[in-house]
Amino acid sequence: MKSDGSSAIEVANLTKKYGEVVGVNDISFQVGNGELFGFLGPNGAGKTTTINLLTGLASLDAGAIKIGGIDCTRNPKAAQHLVGTVPDESNLYPELTGFENLTFCAALYGMRKNERQQRARELLETFSLTDAADRKFAGYSKGMKRKLTFAAGIIHQPPILFLDEPTTGIDVASARQVRQIIANLHRQGTTVFLTTHYIEEAERLCERIAFIVKGKIVKIDGTTELLQSVKGKNILILTVTNSEPNVTKGMASVFPQYQFEPAAPNQIRVESPEPVNIGPLTRFLEEKGIQVTEARRHLPSLEDVFVQVTGIEAGLMMKEKEKAGGGGNQ
Amino acid sequence: MKRWIAFSNIFAKDMRAYYLKPPNVSWGIIFPLAWTGMFFIRSGMGIESVLELLPGVVTISILFGTTSLLSVTLTFERRNRSFERLLLAPISLETLMLAKTSGAILFGIVNAFIPIAIAAFLADMSGIAWSLVVPAIILIGIVSTFLGLFISVSASEVFEAQTFSNFFRFPMIFLCGLFFPVMSLPVYIRPLSFILPVTYGVDILHGAVNGEHILSFTLDFIILGAFCTVLFLLSLRNVKRRWIL
Ligand SMILES: Nc1ncnc2c1ncn2[C@@H]1O[C@H](COP(=O)(O)OP(=O)(O)O)[C@@H](O)[C@H]1O
Ligand SMILES: [Mg+2]
Repeated sequence: MKSDGSSAIEVANLTKKYGEVVGVNDISFQVGNGELFGFLGPNGAGKTTTINLLTGLASLDAGAIKIGGIDCTRNPKAAQHLVGTVPDESNLYPELTGFENLTFCAALYGMRKNERQQRARELLETFSLTDAADRKFAGYSKGMKRKLTFAAGIIHQPPILFLDEPTTGIDVASARQVRQIIANLHRQGTTVFLTTHYIEEAERLCERIAFIVKGKIVKIDGTTELLQSVKGKNILILTVTNSEPNVTKGMASVFPQYQFEPAAPNQIRVESPEPVNIGPLTRFLEEKGIQVTEARRHLPSLEDVFVQVTGIEAGLMMKEKEKAGGGGNQ
Repeated sequence: MKRWIAFSNIFAKDMRAYYLKPPNVSWGIIFPLAWTGMFFIRSGMGIESVLELLPGVVTISILFGTTSLLSVTLTFERRNRSFERLLLAPISLETLMLAKTSGAILFGIVNAFIPIAIAAFLADMSGIAWSLVVPAIILIGIVSTFLGLFISVSASEVFEAQTFSNFFRFPMIFLCGLFFPVMSLPVYIRPLSFILPVTYGVDILHGAVNGEHILSFTLDFIILGAFCTVLFLLSLRNVKRRWIL
């Protein structure tokens, strides 16, 4: 961990309701200086609401916020010079070019002309957008839009960065580039607060993760510590021609040393503290007229922790992943 | 200095993106020309009536010049979320809203001088008190911009903002003494005239051009200044309440 012990972000008992709808409900957490912290949760969990509250785009109902040691509870503008924000949807000007958008955003932070132009060129290069620099933002592809929005968010080299689902809904290549840039910024000492509904992305990037569900933080811990709880488990995924519950029940009575669960359609998940012996399992199934077409060892991942803690089917998050265009895969 | 860089760049961006776009520049000229032509020619009172009509035509040009694009620059930017970009920046809301309105104010003031330039060819303008006309034009520009601002930040959609602003703009032409003296309006309508800020600006213009005015110039200026302040503060409050949810 790069964290030097002091806190870049401190949130205590933060609550925000939209009428009857809960945005976030009594959440508390801290992000250390230089830390890469993840907020992981399904759609509607309260991730964007949290970022809006921390950056001054929404007003809180209760709680306290400190950013960079500055109390922002009453005055959300107090720490805005320390903060960069990349929203989930672009907030740049469609009628300006990429270059103009960046120099304009730089001016909002009081940067001088030479500095603005130099930094804009530098960032266009970093995000491989130099060729599109003089094209209107409106004509950019989704991936390009997200990248330019990202560049605009870090134009003033903020020590604290908020990223709202930075890879959702963009092409795989852009998503990979964005993740690399996040890792680089982190290496250079930027504190990063990132939200995502890609479990894999959180696992790969974040040092510490909070699981947020329905406006509540249900678990918060270091990524290594979270993974510890599933380490040493042996998980096998069998792809079969029939995975109905009576099949798994039958297996459970014959092989009591293993745990069986229907996974996706036509998949059986076998879990055990000891390595799984496949032979007897396939023979048992074949005797019942069920073909085993694939047996795959599954390395326990954050997904298993997430399912364990939140009770939310990983499949549910997966579905969202597909809908969003698979930006979470590499 | 930092604040000035932010302010001037917001202003310059709006100028380039909205006000100096060819269609808007031409509307900015055509509108006042049309008003001028319509009133000067159709009044049928002859050339000597030009000065009588000038305050009204100038005011109409300012009203339409300031409010026509303001609702776009604000409500539209809010809807495509680029306004959030401004709210995220370390600039006070006051500075931000002044920067967003300065373009409209300038556009309105420039529009005001189009009928004046035309009138200069038609009438003898030597009797006009410019030291009153110029500040009055500036204040009418500011007050009608802030009225438009107040309407824009009280509406949630572009079309709503436009409907609201027409709801105000057209009646004001009749109620604020632009062409018919306020005192010739029925007594029960007159209170409406006096709660509309433009009335006081028009009063100064009539006084400065034709020598007829209802209130003292000092009082007119004070009331206009008060309207500007109150409308601006109410707009800030509405932005905080309605836009930062
Ligand atoms: N402006 C708003 N008005 C009303 N409800 C809102 C608003 N913003 C968010 N919500 C609600 O708050 C909850 C959390 O939303 P959000 O923070 O956007 O979730 P996430 O970003 O995790 O997908 C959702 O139920 C959402 O419908
Ligand atoms: Mg969100």
